[in-house]
Amino acid sequence: MRYKRLLKDKLASKFMLILTILSSLIVFLIAFGLYQRSRSILATKSLTELLFSTSWHPLKGEFGFFPFIMGTIWVTGVAVVIAIPLCLLTAIYLSEYAHRRIREWTKPLIDLLAGIPSVVYGVWGVLVIVPMIKNHIAPFFGRISTGYSVLAGGVVLAIMIFPIIIHVSVEIFSSVPYEVREASLALGATKWQTVKHVVIRKALPGVIAAIVLGLSRAFGETMAVLMVAGNVAKVPSSVLDPAYPLPALIANNYGEMLSVPLYDSALLLASLVLLMVVLFFNIISRVVLTTVERRVQ
Amino acid sequence: MEFRTHISVQNLNVFYGNEQALKNITVDIPDKKITAIIGPSGCGKTTLLKSFNRLIDSIDGIKVSGKVLVDGENIFDPKVEVTRIRKKMGLLSQKPYPLPMSIYDNIAYGPRIHGIKDKKRLNEIVEHYLKESGLWYEVKDRLHSPASRLSVGQQQRLCLARGLAIEPEIILGDEPTSALDPKSSQRIEHRFLVLKKQYTVVIVTHILRQAKRLADYVIFLYLGELIEHGPAENVFNNPKEEMTKEYIKGIIS
Repeated sequence: MRYKRLLKDKLASKFMLILTILSSLIVFLIAFGLYQRSRSILATKSLTELLFSTSWHPLKGEFGFFPFIMGTIWVTGVAVVIAIPLCLLTAIYLSEYAHRRIREWTKPLIDLLAGIPSVVYGVWGVLVIVPMIKNHIAPFFGRISTGYSVLAGGVVLAIMIFPIIIHVSVEIFSSVPYEVREASLALGATKWQTVKHVVIRKALPGVIAAIVLGLSRAFGETMAVLMVAGNVAKVPSSVLDPAYPLPALIANNYGEMLSVPLYDSALLLASLVLLMVVLFFNIISRVVLTTVERRVQ
Repeated sequence: MEFRTHISVQNLNVFYGNEQALKNITVDIPDKKITAIIGPSGCGKTTLLKSFNRLIDSIDGIKVSGKVLVDGENIFDPKVEVTRIRKKMGLLSQKPYPLPMSIYDNIAYGPRIHGIKDKKRLNEIVEHYLKESGLWYEVKDRLHSPASRLSVGQQQRLCLARGLAIEPEIILGDEPTSALDPKSSQRIEHRFLVLKKQYTVVIVTHILRQAKRLADYVIFLYLGELIEHGPAENVFNNPKEEMTKEYIKGIIS
């Protein structure tokens, strides 16, 4: 009887251990699988050639990823440039100025943004942002644009990463001890001076981690960007040009164009590149966060 | 004891939500003396101290009635500019909280926000007040290293220098030695005795012996009420109130 109980206990803990190992192994399994499948294209061409060639003609066997990599960077870059100042000011307001009641109401609403399906953002982009760029913004700069552009992708993406950056930044700002603010206020500093010179400075590494977290989400976001970015395989030269980010390339073509030789392998290589970039950013944000925690003590 | 009043508290009531932290306090704090606010924890000592520089303003749900006159001016008057009131007072908190910057910038922070930009002038200020707080010879070779690397005792003296650098008239100490080792506490206490020649010093303390060593004037609070106040020798040797007697003997704490 006693043994049976102990045996159950052991079995349960072993079983849970195996589940934990399995789920953490998945990342490696995916990376390994992608690598296996992309070996056939890596055998015919060098990685640098694939990454930096601008010529994308699958039917002729030319697979240059450069336009897509640049498309990803442009769209993400625009999103970050829009998101950072807006998110930081919102986070500062919520943590430093807002009355408790305002904070209790707005924080859940902002967090809710994260739960909206990305296709909804895409539709909103197509119906609102794209026409606005076509009819107002492009003509204002004397340009003609269909509206499907880097800018449209960037705006939609910026709004999608708002909740992450705001949420994490508010947490970081609130982790700054109240007494440090008091020390600055007691010297006769205004609230804004205190925020600018003390709170932001103390929170800076954490805020950078929040931005990197938003960035890595932005890199991989597919659906909404695919719907508004235009998807033309050319390196964009301005924010009003269309772009074709990597995730959109993979989602649009995988499963349809697989009769073309090496196409399948090329797309999986693109997935691998994307995975590596996101992983890289995640690791950076982790490292920065742990150093912050050490410093804030 | 004859004295000139520096801070005059008149019918001060402070509420946190529905809870009354200070009940109708009226007391005068003497100029260029050390005043100790004593009493058991949670009796409103810190609230009283922080109402002097209006740091209690930013607490959610706070209500204040009554007056606090500093140099004859009611600091709770809505027309008063709070930063100017705070500039008159340097604050030492229970634990030192250096600002997240270098030793030099910690001292220069106050003067800079009040408009001093001249490099040479700032250098002089930093040196002068680090000497005044007895820290200069320990840090003069590493002024530009982060203040967080100093020991806790050094940090507390840095905070003192930082407070003095805005040229206040009053020094407020909220149990300023409670996080320090005996040696560092002694240094801070010694500083207070020197500083009272030029400044009005008000400290909150729960250490009776510290109050006896330092105070010229004593305010005894119990559960938000002012029980007794007066020159230190009277309160300690000849308390009028039964409760004060018991507290000093250690019966209530």
